[in-house]
Amino acid sequence: MNELGDVEALLRSALTPVEPAEGLSDRLERGLSEITDAAAEELADWELSAMRNPRNWGRPVAAAVVGGTATGALVLVRARRLQKKRQARGVHAIEKGLQDLANGVRRRLGG
Amino acid sequence: MDVVADKRKLDREFTDLYRDHLRDVYSYAYYRIGNHHDAEDITEQTFLQAYRHFERAQRESEGRPLRPWLIRIAHNLAANYYRDRSRRPQTQLEDAAVVSALHDTEDLVEGRQELQDVLEGVARLPEARREALIMRFSLGMDNREIARALDRTEGATKVLIHRAIKQLEQGLKEEGHERAR
Repeated sequence: MNELGDVEALLRSALTPVEPAEGLSDRLERGLSEITDAAAEELADWELSAMRNPRNWGRPVAAAVVGGTATGALVLVRARRLQKKRQARGVHAIEKGLQDLANGVRRRLGG
Repeated sequence: MDVVADKRKLDREFTDLYRDHLRDVYSYAYYRIGNHHDAEDITEQTFLQAYRHFERAQRESEGRPLRPWLIRIAHNLAANYYRDRSRRPQTQLEDAAVVSALHDTEDLVEGRQELQDVLEGVARLPEARREALIMRFSLGMDNREIARALDRTEGATKVLIHRAIKQLEQGLKEEGHERAR
């Protein structure tokens, strides 16, 4: 072997590939799934806002059909969560209205 | 095709890229930085950044392998690492991973010193030469891939690697003479 060949052989031995620790893979995969979930939620939000426009109604339906499982399901879960939030906001508004009314009556009677 | 289906396909492809090249990115970072802790940080940041730009990279790669692109991200992060902390690469690697290639116990003591000399010689090379050698000998990248990662022509890359090996060889010879005295 010539000298350059020797050095190349030494380099190959010295710079042998290094396996990352398992902890790194776990941490990375966790980080990536968090980002993926966040991106999927963003997408779900986009799908929901698109649903308000009748011209876009075909897209989310197609998403649920083609996507089938995880992401499609996520859109539905997200939609339900938003719906619950809206309902909760509605109930809260009614409660607040009744409370204000009661306070007003109380003020009048008391004062 | 539907947006959601596209996204799922993209995620699957990114997962494949991650599985195929986690070791490459980690090895590159380790030999550039010289310690596991920071190599892990750089590997993590490389993949997180790659995920953000994966769609565009895939579009622009026109079917070419994405390993050079990944290594280029790691290269930029490693460059920032030195710039931000005013560090130089560590010549003393943290563990004896480098010796794992040598199984023959008779060669072990002498071989260990020889490999240590090689690693120290690599660490003393100018940045581009050092990187090219890591890509070639640790990651097994060919000239075309290295050229893409370093944003050079294939011809310039070939010359770069040749000069890096010559310079290293010269350094090892001088080291040998020094020790023999």
